[in-house]
Amino acid sequence: MSEAVPRPDRGADRGTEGTQPGAPHHGPTLGFWRTHVFSLDHKVIGRQYLDLALVAVTTGMVLSWLMRIHLAWPTASVPGLQHLSPNGAANGVISPEYYLSLMTMHGTIMVFFVLTTAPFAGFGNFVLPIQIGAEDMAFPRFNMMSFWVTACSFVVLLASFFVADGPAISGWTAYAPLSAVGKDAGPGQELGQTLWAVSIAIFCVGQLLGSLNFIATTLDLRAKGMTLSRLPYATWAWFITSVIGLIAFSVLLPACILLILDRVAGTSFFIPGGLVISDRLQPHSGGSPMLWQHLFWFFGHPEVYIAILPGLGIVATILPAMARKPLLGPRVFIGCMIAIGFLSYMVWGHHMFLSGMNPLSATLFSVPTLIITIPATIITLLWIGTIYGSRLRLTTASLFCLGFLSVFVTGGLSGFFLAQPSIDTYLHGTYFVVGHFHFVMGVASMFGIFAGVYYWYPKMYGRMLNETIGKVHFWLTFVGVYCIFMPMHWLGLAGNVRRYSAFTDDYMKGMAPLHRFITIGALATGAVQLLFFFNLIWSRRRGALAPDNPWEATSLEWTTPSPPPHDNFGGRHPVVYHGPNEYGMAGSTGDYVMQSSPEVLPVT
Amino acid sequence: MNVSLQPAPRAAQHAGSATTGVWVGVATISMSFAAYTSALVVRQGSATDWLHFHLPFVLYVDTALILASSVTLERARRNHVPKAEDEGRDVISLPGPASRTATWLGYTFLLGLLFVAGQLLAWRQLAAQGLFLATNPSSAFFYILTALHGLHLLGGLCALIYVRRRVQSGALLGAKPALAAVSLYWHFMAVLWVSILLLLIFRF
Repeated sequence: MSEAVPRPDRGADRGTEGTQPGAPHHGPTLGFWRTHVFSLDHKVIGRQYLDLALVAVTTGMVLSWLMRIHLAWPTASVPGLQHLSPNGAANGVISPEYYLSLMTMHGTIMVFFVLTTAPFAGFGNFVLPIQIGAEDMAFPRFNMMSFWVTACSFVVLLASFFVADGPAISGWTAYAPLSAVGKDAGPGQELGQTLWAVSIAIFCVGQLLGSLNFIATTLDLRAKGMTLSRLPYATWAWFITSVIGLIAFSVLLPACILLILDRVAGTSFFIPGGLVISDRLQPHSGGSPMLWQHLFWFFGHPEVYIAILPGLGIVATILPAMARKPLLGPRVFIGCMIAIGFLSYMVWGHHMFLSGMNPLSATLFSVPTLIITIPATIITLLWIGTIYGSRLRLTTASLFCLGFLSVFVTGGLSGFFLAQPSIDTYLHGTYFVVGHFHFVMGVASMFGIFAGVYYWYPKMYGRMLNETIGKVHFWLTFVGVYCIFMPMHWLGLAGNVRRYSAFTDDYMKGMAPLHRFITIGALATGAVQLLFFFNLIWSRRRGALAPDNPWEATSLEWTTPSPPPHDNFGGRHPVVYHGPNEYGMAGSTGDYVMQSSPEVLPVT
Repeated sequence: MNVSLQPAPRAAQHAGSATTGVWVGVATISMSFAAYTSALVVRQGSATDWLHFHLPFVLYVDTALILASSVTLERARRNHVPKAEDEGRDVISLPGPASRTATWLGYTFLLGLLFVAGQLLAWRQLAAQGLFLATNPSSAFFYILTALHGLHLLGGLCALIYVRRRVQSGALLGAKPALAAVSLYWHFMAVLWVSILLLLIFRF
């Protein structure tokens, strides 16, 4: 290729990228595949991530239904399930091992392919470049690879449903040596577990590429005037999340590679010597199962914050816009997020209190765990202070923000108990933990995602979501999740162990009615999500046309048309004059000032 | 090819992202090798089955090769001071600094290839002694660390080819940030190799 003129990096492909209808065409239009499938446009990639998360969350939810049905009615037959797994669910009745397979897949799909992809990669990809005034991500090709690598890892994971023994049974944490020894350890531990490890390794690569992109983009591609102190809070959250993700996934990847080698190449990293499983002496020696736990939880705890931090950023973006008041203590808020990110790397041992660790180490991990509640508490107080005395616009998005606040506090409170080794010794193996992490990690992140969807959908698709359906969706979901996860705390305190496929022991029989209540709650709350799906699909065509700035918000994405043209700003280069927090400004022309407005604000 | 729509200030910003991206990549790769290092230390202490073996001598030759390649690359980078009037002219027809850049890049590439060949030779020598991946945790970590370093180095070799082709095709100004980014990555590969070698030499 000979070039007569100096070519700026990536100038060629960016110039010829027409991905949005109505976008100014720079050169020939790309075909269907390059526009919708293998697109380099961050907005398309963000929506692809959200679509992937939607498929994943539906799959994960169905798996949880199967588990709940089995827990409530252990002998019930699920029609058709025998076709998916003739061994695991003969006549549609779930076997104990198949229950563990369902549990493993539910956890893995939800944590990796929903809670990581949707709030971070999905919204982050779509919104972050626009919020900072960039035309695209710093490395669009890496960005596209990031999505397709992630999609590929999802396919590899799902493939384990269709191999002879079914999916792995070792849980989403894949503790060694159970996960490392192979087929002697039970059904699903041969090919299924290998597919799990390969899938997660591929997933790590995808998220590393994504995190790299987020960091480089935030550092290098900010518009003129977009100083770090003017960065919108959601962008701050995605930036901090990407730093956490970069460190976390670059540790999980080596852990998965070592696990795969233990499984297929005969090494002994995680498998101790003299292990007899299914009457067979395992041909390994000297490995350390604790090594896996340390490597996994060094990733695993920060992963919790990878799931929740974008939610914090989304809520902090939406609440001031709906309350028409500036966020209280914006610098404190950002400082708290950074503190949470930093502390998330010092607490992984609190997942291992029962691993036989030295009580002194347990205390050392317990203290930062308790300290991490301080920034989390400050953040919730800042939000409450922000909406205090305001005339909050009760849109669906703000309802989900309030719901986030509620479940975040509820889940956080049960964390106090679990953070203390002496209490955790009793509670760790019980439903108390299940209730805790579903509230604080699962439901809180999901509410952050829902809030984000109701808030940014108009920008993504150019149409408003139906608010009435949205509010019904919120209230039923809100009541539903409390019906599901609140009783789990009581079950845990009463000594109901987790990971069992049925509670037929005498001392647990009395809890069966409560389990049936939870199951009915789970099925009903799941059914309510049909409203959400309906809203998503119906509003694509029939929703009210969205104006550029339906929420009267200040950040740059609301200065672009809905949906934005392919280069986001139609050839303009926005200049930023204000922070994202200029709401309720006395003396300004409106009650808010856009970040790109050159208006000079009176000094107060 | 429509380049006029890409205004100059944005292009300059994008050019800088390559170096930022490599810095972030350096952090990522460092972190993953830190994970392998801690795994190695834990594994060495967790059981008594760790067998130390003599590292093949060719590894020390390789160390010299990769350090030399860092020097040649640095010469290429410092030598690359493109003039605007030379932009778009072929390096072959250009007797000045640009062609020397291409030459030094070529030396760097050759040294890199020799390094990879040396690593493969070291593997062959260990295999001849009966030391394979699953023989002992010490050999397992040896193969994993050298293989992953080699894989990352192959990425660097591809990047060297890319930059050299850009210099040769006359995109002299555009090649400068790419050259800076590749240099950073390549020097990091040298540092990483030395730290891996030290890790393999030391006993914990």
